[in-house]
Amino acid sequence: MAPSDSRLLASIALTRFGLGAKPGEIDTVARDAQAWLDGQIRTTGAPQPAGEFPNSSERVLQYAGYRDAASNARQIRRQDAPATPAAASASAPAAMAPAMGMESTENSQAQAAFDARRMERRNLVQDTAQEFLARAQLGATTPDGFAERWALFWINALTVSAVKFPSAVLIGQYEREAIRPHVFGPFADLLVAAEQHPAMLLYLDQAQSIGPNSTAGQRRSAGLNENLAREILELHTVGAEGGYTQTDVTEFARALTGWSLEGQAGNRAGSRGRQNRRPNARRAALVADQPGQNGFAFRPILHEPGARTVMGRHHSEGGEEQGEAILRDLATRPQTAKRLARRIAVHFVADDPPPALVAALEKAWLSSNGRLDVVARALIAAPEAWAPAPAKVKTPYDFVVSTHRALGTTPQRPQGVQPPLIAMGQPAFSAPSPEGWPDTAADWAGPDALVKRLEWASTVADVARDQREPVQIAEAALGARLSDRTRTAVSRAESRPEALTLFLMSPEFQRR
Amino acid sequence: MTRLLSTDIALALDRRRLLAGLGLGGLSLTFAGQAAAQTATQNSGGRPKLVVVIARGAMDGLSITAPYADADYIRLRGPLAMKAPGEAEGGLLLEQGFALHPALAGLHSLYGEGQLRFAPAVAIPTRIRSHFDAQDMLESGGERLHQSDSGWLNRALGAVNGRGLSIGAQTPLILRGPAETSSWAPGGRIGGDDRLASLLQDLYAEDRMLAINLARGLETEAQAQSMSSGTGGSPRRGDASGLGSAVARLMTGETGADVVALSLDGWDTHARQNAQLQARLTQLDQLVGGLRQGLGGEWSRTVVIVATEFGRTARVNGTQGTDHGTASTLMLAGGAIKHGGPIGDWPGLKDAALFENRDLAPTLDVRAVFKGVLRDHLGVERAALDAQVFPDSGAEAPAVTGLV
Repeated sequence: MAPSDSRLLASIALTRFGLGAKPGEIDTVARDAQAWLDGQIRTTGAPQPAGEFPNSSERVLQYAGYRDAASNARQIRRQDAPATPAAASASAPAAMAPAMGMESTENSQAQAAFDARRMERRNLVQDTAQEFLARAQLGATTPDGFAERWALFWINALTVSAVKFPSAVLIGQYEREAIRPHVFGPFADLLVAAEQHPAMLLYLDQAQSIGPNSTAGQRRSAGLNENLAREILELHTVGAEGGYTQTDVTEFARALTGWSLEGQAGNRAGSRGRQNRRPNARRAALVADQPGQNGFAFRPILHEPGARTVMGRHHSEGGEEQGEAILRDLATRPQTAKRLARRIAVHFVADDPPPALVAALEKAWLSSNGRLDVVARALIAAPEAWAPAPAKVKTPYDFVVSTHRALGTTPQRPQGVQPPLIAMGQPAFSAPSPEGWPDTAADWAGPDALVKRLEWASTVADVARDQREPVQIAEAALGARLSDRTRTAVSRAESRPEALTLFLMSPEFQRR
Repeated sequence: MTRLLSTDIALALDRRRLLAGLGLGGLSLTFAGQAAAQTATQNSGGRPKLVVVIARGAMDGLSITAPYADADYIRLRGPLAMKAPGEAEGGLLLEQGFALHPALAGLHSLYGEGQLRFAPAVAIPTRIRSHFDAQDMLESGGERLHQSDSGWLNRALGAVNGRGLSIGAQTPLILRGPAETSSWAPGGRIGGDDRLASLLQDLYAEDRMLAINLARGLETEAQAQSMSSGTGGSPRRGDASGLGSAVARLMTGETGADVVALSLDGWDTHARQNAQLQARLTQLDQLVGGLRQGLGGEWSRTVVIVATEFGRTARVNGTQGTDHGTASTLMLAGGAIKHGGPIGDWPGLKDAALFENRDLAPTLDVRAVFKGVLRDHLGVERAALDAQVFPDSGAEAPAVTGLV
């Protein structure tokens, strides 16, 4: 291969499959772009963000602490509330002074409880912000850009969003525990790890779903919640056109009852059980019998008894393994292969991907029974994936991270990355729905989004400490992808900030 | 920094000339076409305005316009049932046995002025319970999945040569398509920077999408900034009333948008529904209030549509919420609305009347309402409505008459 070809391939590999080139990286990768990509496909999974973070079990306890503080604050507020309307209006001038004195004592107590709650909540939010920062730092510095992008793809394909507070609390744990270790293993393992993770169980309401004929369900009026079952079918596996019916959704939801979180309540029931002398099915239900991995627990007391049939396949009566068997069945259905093959091609290559590429991915999936390392190798081996014309617009997150890489910087504070991502339409950890972030140019490069990109690019360009010549920065980041037009514009700019802004907003840096 | 954060309006206005001078006139940096829509309006002197609010996540119609007088309502809804008008925390009285959610006080006063109509049981043409597929269908205007990559509002705009605007960083499907539109979201700081804008247009010479979208975005931002000077600036996150006024500003004046699409999220109330709805509906009420206030005299030529992808189960689920259903409520508000009763029939809530013994059954195709508004308000011709805007809908979903 001619040297110029190998440099072009390196520039494509770093941008299309990775998070952009750091200074000097194109030279390294140009030795053998294929080998660089292939070497990142490890059955141990994707790289992990650096830093000390609690695991899910610990995090669930922290969350329980917040819930206790919140319910304490609520209780005090309720006690404070005037018992009758008459008491409230007994504020004739003469009665005013003592009434106010009383109130201030109560208020200070209520205020303390309120402050405690707010503090707990703020701590939880700050921890999650640190998780996001750690991920962005990993993106800005990792030499394994492809493994990182591949992990981000699966994080999005199996979305948990921080738009719900309980799942926001656990989202860092979700990515580290459920997704990253499994992204180059069998898809079925990834799927089970994701659906059983506390973050997912809370995000899609599974933790509160109770089998109507389960021990707990018979004691109280409570019931099924179909949300997780439906989204698994529609979004995580076979897809809306996968051929399932409402009955399949309900059957699957019944099989999933009992999937719950450990800890949560083991603790709380112990410390507060006396307040409630009446047997409380919900609280009893929350004591785990079989603690699982990553804070998952199966609670037989919530599980709907009976055999289940989902999409034509019979699953005999059972506990946790019943739902897991259905999941593993769905994971290896051909509709799942077809749907995810296309989604991978759309994410990495083109909004409307070449059918041959989709077919190659689907074939790799089916022939390996859904082994994601095999699918990843099929992606990087496909000639269609290497077309020089960049068809995709970077997501805001990719744009921000690749800018850091190009400038050789690392984000230092959550405030450095979160506000621009909000402005560009991709707030941290907060996909708008269980479908995840959208994935086409029309989604990310609308008029307002481009204005916000320009705004951020010019801010970055103004404060960039990188003292290399702007043209050098552009060459190191884009290599053979740098067009003459952009090179000329950058070199003719009237100031460093203007030159860097033009480079960051150039079509070849915005696209990949 | 100072360079780009300049809010110098004169520069912003100058940029248009500059870009036109660079041979970009063909991109039509001012919004395309201004004449056609004018002919449609009944009111002299102004163009008709349309705002489409998409409530994403499946808004529970039975809580918005609650059929409190339906004999089966309390049985089905149990703890989620709205209290009857007149009771404490009761609904706000509408007609024919319906009551508006108490968080919608502003909309209720519009109702009192004959400026609110509702369709209590509408649905998209195909029965699906996936949010994403159903939203695609609601927005594309087709009757099959993935029938079209463009949205009906965009195609309607094309038919009348109107100016379209979406709110948010992403253009929703409803406004995507051949007619060029702009988008805007609160929080912008960038002023008009002629030099950088024109350099980027050069850079985008072979990237038409980036070229058009950036030019449109900068123009809208300049407009938003020039109009907001002295009126409080950009709204904060979560300030629905402020957002309504800001959107209204982008709809007024010579180059104001005729048609706006915006989304309100968070209606997927699987658990503890009442508290969530209280918050969402308060926002909706404030949003419409902000629009009305901001539009001033233009309000009399305005229609606001509030629609969702599908409704929710008639019965409460196990977690004080409701699951994905079928028919839901659509609301029309605005000074251009013609006074009248509920749109479409009420199917009732008897078990036998429920769709699949589960959901409120639809009695009206949502496209019929959209078409009625497009025809009588924007002046879209019937042939275009039946063929392009909502393909093959002529027989199945004839336009509802008498809305505007």
